[in-house]
Amino acid sequence: MSRRIHPAVVGAQPFQLTARETFDGPIFETAEGKHRLEAALSRYPTKQAALLPMLGFVQSVKGWIEPADMVEVAEALDLTPAYVHSIATFYTMYSKHPVGRHFVQVCTNISCHLNRAEEVLRGFLAETGTREGEISEDGEFTVIEAECLGACGFATVVQVNDRYLEDVTPERVPEIVAGLRGSRDGGSEAGDGA
Amino acid sequence: MSFPHRSDLEVTTRLSRHQGEAEARTLDGWRARGGYEALRRSLDMSPAEITEVVKDSGLRGRGGAGFPTGLKWSFMPKDDGKPHYLCCNADESEPGAFKDREVIRWTPHLLIEGCLIASRAIGAEHAYIYVRGEFFEETQVLNAAVVEAYEAGLAGEGILGSSWSCDVTIHAGAGAYIAGEETGLMNSLMGNRAEPWAKPPFPAQAGAFGMPTTVNNVETLAAVPMILENGADWYRQWGSEQSPGTKLWSCSGHLVRPGNYEFALGLPLSDIIFDACGGTPSGKPVKAVIPGGSSTAFLSGDELDCATTYEGLAEAGSALGTASPIVMDEDTDIVAAMRRIAQFYAHESCGQCVQCREGTSWVVRILQRIEAGDGRPSDIDTLYELCEQMTGRTICVLADSVVFPLESSLDKFRADYEALMKPSLVAAG
Repeated sequence: MSRRIHPAVVGAQPFQLTARETFDGPIFETAEGKHRLEAALSRYPTKQAALLPMLGFVQSVKGWIEPADMVEVAEALDLTPAYVHSIATFYTMYSKHPVGRHFVQVCTNISCHLNRAEEVLRGFLAETGTREGEISEDGEFTVIEAECLGACGFATVVQVNDRYLEDVTPERVPEIVAGLRGSRDGGSEAGDGA
Repeated sequence: MSFPHRSDLEVTTRLSRHQGEAEARTLDGWRARGGYEALRRSLDMSPAEITEVVKDSGLRGRGGAGFPTGLKWSFMPKDDGKPHYLCCNADESEPGAFKDREVIRWTPHLLIEGCLIASRAIGAEHAYIYVRGEFFEETQVLNAAVVEAYEAGLAGEGILGSSWSCDVTIHAGAGAYIAGEETGLMNSLMGNRAEPWAKPPFPAQAGAFGMPTTVNNVETLAAVPMILENGADWYRQWGSEQSPGTKLWSCSGHLVRPGNYEFALGLPLSDIIFDACGGTPSGKPVKAVIPGGSSTAFLSGDELDCATTYEGLAEAGSALGTASPIVMDEDTDIVAAMRRIAQFYAHESCGQCVQCREGTSWVVRILQRIEAGDGRPSDIDTLYELCEQMTGRTICVLADSVVFPLESSLDKFRADYEALMKPSLVAAG
């Protein structure tokens, strides 16, 4: 998976693609890990500023971040594991537990709330047979309620992995879930944004 | 995707005029539209001259606070020998606002050009564009544009063959509303929790990495190239003395044509809601509007003739904020809407200040029980008391952001709250 990324954008790579690979050895001794770390460090005056980019990198490979990964990130950046843990738990987009292959986040904030978002959320939970936050038995889905996704004119907004679905109505939910179930990478095939 | 929008009202598309054009995303397409000419011009100007034009234009920060941009730039120290930084706030996350997303995904080079010109004005050697983590697709568009800019000598060493250098780095957030507060943003950029800090020190004194820093919103920076090209007077042909220019409006809620629009500042709010956005899909009257994103005060349906300027909406008792009207029709349950708004702020409180950490959750619990029909006689008084305790006592304005909609909803829709109370309790209270 090693590919050269321009250092200017290394801190802004997608991290919910859920590729679900494992690291072949210690994270920052892999070719990709070395490249990412070196590129990120070249863009900031401090090592610590590479923390969010590196947590994102770990998640983009593994699909989530476990405590052992936090220790490796801490060592790479001369931070304590406890500090890295405090960062990983502050930001909601870092998954501290595994999630399903299609990570569905339904915005229920005010503009979506006014456009039947709670019904959309209930629809996704019913169609996937899950309770909020758990992985469906087949490993395909995790559904959660999300805070404002910043696309309020296209309510209800649903994020599936790294893509937005816009103008989602409760009626569209069964078709969306069926489509995701059949797709290899729900994230990249389901988006209807730019 | 629903851009460009049809509208019965004259829209003044200046900043957004190339949104919806796929070719405008590429460097060739952007150059064919006159892109980077303003940057070229800025290279022949001194930083003070650039700042002066922006000051004269009256451009005000588009992230919500409305602080004059040129004045902010002028706070940056001169010849202090330290590295300076520009932070572009692309952490758009105020509920109701989705305008910056449109700028980023359709006209990434416009944003980069604005960042470079601003960097030149404040003497920054590095511009960091902090994009909210959820905007993956938008970030991919922006990333591609930045790489193109580097390859064409528009960023990095010796920009456009000049002796001036400036780096541009895209930095993704990871899910924290508070990272949109300027000191929270800088903390997040530095690899900290996105906790705001008490000012002073102000960003221009000691900001990102302890160095003089200016934080500007996406739309603010995107307005800079056209101002530099056409001049301050050109920009002042729109809007009012205190609110010059054009403004992007993110319209959502119960609307026939929700979406982003650009208007000259100063139209009546009702024109935007009814003429541009077509009123409510149900055809029912508008009960309430939150005009500037969810942290601004409610206006009731009969208060919509106010002018959409910073001063006009302030006079009406609310604020222009991020210019993101959230429209609610007659059937809207105001208590449920307010509860959902309060839940957002309770979830996003960083937890440093007691008034915010405890107050926001307390408000949610009270609203939930009123909604469930279990309201206590003292609850409305307690909510007012909380509004007082949560105003102006914290490091940042997140707590105040709940108070504006909450207090105004109590003032204007008290009957909605009381209707949910048990009759005996209201009488007793």
